[in-house]
Parts: sequence; structure tokens; C-alpha cells
Amino acid sequence: MRRASILTREIDPASLMNEVGSKQYGAISLFVGTVREVNNGRSVSGIEYSAYKSMADAELERILDEAEERFGVSGLVVEHRIGLLGLGDVSVAIAAAHPHRAPALDCTRYVIDEIKKRVPIWKKEHYADGTREWIDPTRAAQPASP
Amino acid sequence: MATVTVQLFASYADVLGAPAVELPLTPGTTVQDLLYRIRSLPGASSLPPAPRVAVNRSFATSDQLIEASDEIALIPPVAGG
Repeated sequence: MRRASILTREIDPASLMNEVGSKQYGAISLFVGTVREVNNGRSVSGIEYSAYKSMADAELERILDEAEERFGVSGLVVEHRIGLLGLGDVSVAIAAAHPHRAPALDCTRYVIDEIKKRVPIWKKEHYADGTREWIDPTRAAQPASP
Repeated sequence: MATVTVQLFASYADVLGAPAVELPLTPGTTVQDLLYRIRSLPGASSLPPAPRVAVNRSFATSDQLIEASDEIALIPPVAGG
């Protein structure tokens, strides 16, 4: 089983685990990313995710190809949510299955790291004080403006 | 004259004030030439020195040639996950 989806509905990480699970595997690694309440010292009320969807789909497929090649996993499912997410909501989930734990763990790490570098998805943080800001991970954290 | 549409997203759509811009396309235009033309648009001074460009849903190199039928997009720093 292999699949990557960008979607607007809630992500259920357990369903990804079930999807990749099989008796041939001895390990399933599951990474779940969630919306955090504080970023760079500012109180966050939610995050609005948007995507260049056709390219994000293509880039995710390329990442899955690379991950399969590198780690030999044959069960690999990724879901990334877009739209307005609240605190604690799941923004991304990755499940990788392999007969042994090391490739499964390495695979989820690789996939999330590559998503953060290459997949055209953006987030606009909504702050408790009513302001909003696009997040640019290439810039050093700026102190909150007055 | 042939033109090409450049899709804009996130902070780049905000600074240029539109989800896409249409630019003239002459034969032999490269990604770098297109970025040069984008720099003359209102708001473009807020763009970084070398924004990433995608051609047909893949990241492009600066010397890559552009055809009128290509799907072009400027890609702001990504922040998925």
C-alpha cells in the first residue's frame, strides 16, 4: 500500500496505521504532526494551510519514490491536511511499514524532513491577538512586533 | 505576442496583489529572464533575491527555457508539516 493525499478533512492517524499494516511487517512507524499553541513566543490560535496542490501531489509522489528506494518499505501512506486547523489538530501523518524497525523509523523521518523542504504547502499562523502572518522557515525567528 | 501565466501563492500572491500575473514571452526566455520581468511589477521589491520557480510542477533551474504551454509558478519558502 502506498499513497499520498492532500485533504481538507480531519486526519485519523490510526487509519493510516491500519492501511499499511500487514502480517509480513514487524514494524510500523507513525509520525503525527499537530498544531502547537506557541510559536516563537507568540500565542497561536490556529494555522491556515494552503497548497499548490497539483505540484504538491507530484512532489509527494517523488518523495515516496525516493523513500521506497532508500528504505525498502512497501507500506507507506502520507496525509497532509490544508485549510484552517485549530490547536492540537493533526496537520500531517506518515505511516511506514517494514519487517524491521530501523528502516520504518528512518523512512518517516526522511518523508517529514523532505516535506518540509520541498512540498509547496504554506502556513499562515493566526495569533491570539488577532494578527496573522505567513511562516517563512528560511528566516530567523523575529521578535513579536509591538 | 505570446504570453505566459505565472501562478503566485501565499506571501508572494499578497505582495504582488494577485493569484497570477501574465507576462510577455519571447523565444529563448529563461527562468532568470522571467524573474527579471517579474521584478518590474508593483510590489515585487518585497520578493527575495532569488525566489524558487516551478515549471510544470517541478523546481526549475535559472537557465531553463520557458515555453508558452508551460505551467509556471513562483514558490515562496515552503512550510508544510
